[in-house]
Amino acid sequence: MNDVDETLNDLADHIAHAEPHAVQRWEITHGELTIHCVRDQIRSLIKFLRDDSQCRFETLIDVCGVDFPERRERFEIVYHLLSMRMNQRIRVKVSTDAETAVPSIVEIFPCAEWFEREALDMYGVLFAGNTDMRRLLTDYGFEGHPLRKDFPLTGYVEVRYDELEKRVVYEPVKLVQEYRNFDFLSPWEGAQAVIPGDEKATEGAE
Amino acid sequence: MADGQAHNPDDRSFTFNFGPQHPAAHGVLRMVVEMDGEIVERVDPHIGLLHRGTEKLIEYKTYLQALPYFDRLDYVAPMNQEHAYCLAIEKLLGLEVPRRASLIRVLYSEIGRISNHILNITTQAMDVGALTPITWGFEEREKLCVFYERACGSRMHAAYFRPGGVHQDLPPELLDDILKFCDEFLPVCDDMEGLLTDNRIFKQRNCDVGVVSVQDALDWGFSGVMVRGSGMAWDLRRAQPYECYNELDFKIPVGKHGDCYDRYVCRMEEMRESVKIIRQCIELMEPGPVLAESSKIAPPRRGEMKRSMEALIHHFKLYTEGFKVPAGETYTAVEAPKGEFGVYLVSDGTNRPYRLKIRAPGFPHLHAMDYLSKGHQLADVSAILGSLDIVFGEIDR
Repeated sequence: MNDVDETLNDLADHIAHAEPHAVQRWEITHGELTIHCVRDQIRSLIKFLRDDSQCRFETLIDVCGVDFPERRERFEIVYHLLSMRMNQRIRVKVSTDAETAVPSIVEIFPCAEWFEREALDMYGVLFAGNTDMRRLLTDYGFEGHPLRKDFPLTGYVEVRYDELEKRVVYEPVKLVQEYRNFDFLSPWEGAQAVIPGDEKATEGAE
Repeated sequence: MADGQAHNPDDRSFTFNFGPQHPAAHGVLRMVVEMDGEIVERVDPHIGLLHRGTEKLIEYKTYLQALPYFDRLDYVAPMNQEHAYCLAIEKLLGLEVPRRASLIRVLYSEIGRISNHILNITTQAMDVGALTPITWGFEEREKLCVFYERACGSRMHAAYFRPGGVHQDLPPELLDDILKFCDEFLPVCDDMEGLLTDNRIFKQRNCDVGVVSVQDALDWGFSGVMVRGSGMAWDLRRAQPYECYNELDFKIPVGKHGDCYDRYVCRMEEMRESVKIIRQCIELMEPGPVLAESSKIAPPRRGEMKRSMEALIHHFKLYTEGFKVPAGETYTAVEAPKGEFGVYLVSDGTNRPYRLKIRAPGFPHLHAMDYLSKGHQLADVSAILGSLDIVFGEIDR
């Protein structure tokens, strides 16, 4: 274990000790500390991380969602915090599903508002306590949550300018060619050559 | 008034759209501004007019195919974005970058920084009424675009940094020309400063406008010049050095008051520091490989492909299937000209990113627009917006 990991280890121990009800588990990978937090405790953990004298994570770098459709709680909300004072970074994760709201941290970090709006827009994750839950990046009147894994890359609607109606019209997507999504996961092992008579060799061995 | 209500002469409130097409909006920004007479009460930026779904698209591309999307984020300094992405992949792969490639990356990141700051300083000056700096600055910026072109063949959308190094080596005369540019550029900086730094109108429009205190900078997630202008000496190149920044000698300019003027001065000084870094990079540069060639991540060189069957197969596999990145996640950030540009990469062990979140520095900066403009006059809105250094490619993604 190198110095960086050791410092992070101490830090994680400190956090887990001070907020035992919030921290589920933690791990250090690639020199980065990740804390898995209980959803309802996220506010108290983030507040602790900001105010504690050993943490001082005073800058909220990012809040984003990740979609894992196979999980029971399919969405992960990932918070990245930075301490300019201690020169340290931390990642906090909570999981949720499409119905359960995550407590908003806007009161602790005002800049979380847009990040949470973006997560709502892209994944449909709700945040309790964020008073401005409008969509952020997608079009006015957009339906669906584009970054979900089950949302098609091409989307559902396309727009064009209609010369007759003299306005931009929305229409269902028409694809000239189906989107080609190649599967590179199955390794190419060549054809399984079955030569008649081969089975006799194994039979004989038995 | 139609229903018989008399117009209240004391009610001076009204709402209007700033943009989406407005020369001072620096792109397609629609801001709904609520005014009380000449004083701004509330600013509500509507973003996403340039949203192209970059993060979604990247999930459907191989790691290498996803790279050019980064040029299209902050298209003012494209290579700095690629840098963050390459560093993230290299972190997950545990890949070492050859020395020469590392120096070239730093060299071009700093060229990007200068080119970004020239654009920002001069257009911000134009927003507040100074028309000459942009004509002087863009002459220099054009030369930087040519350096981009000579390295990678493209003036803007470079796709030059690759996981494992840079795509190809620099032509031999290029370094001398960049050195020559360094000498010529500093007097131009002086000229631009001569136009702006002590200019009475420029100062009246920028001093004490859009003041950011240290606490504001922390609360609103600021980074880069936005925190340095407020007096915090925070720079990722120094604090969390990546590539070979820890060997280089450069200063971090910080402001005092955190207003638009201090941010302008910081950017001006940063350009001079960048010139210093470029000089050092060129001095340190020695011949050598520019890609981790034996890593199976980088394509084999053309000459090798003509002779070796394995190299040809390898090349084919790399450009069809791509390389696989071990499962894991990382957040990697670089000090882009606008602030902290970060990439949160989640890999599931396949040849495509499972999730890639782009953390653009301009995003939280623009969010604070409401906070910063409140109580200012309408004319200050464009001064503040200019000094935030907004580019919509990275904010809307």
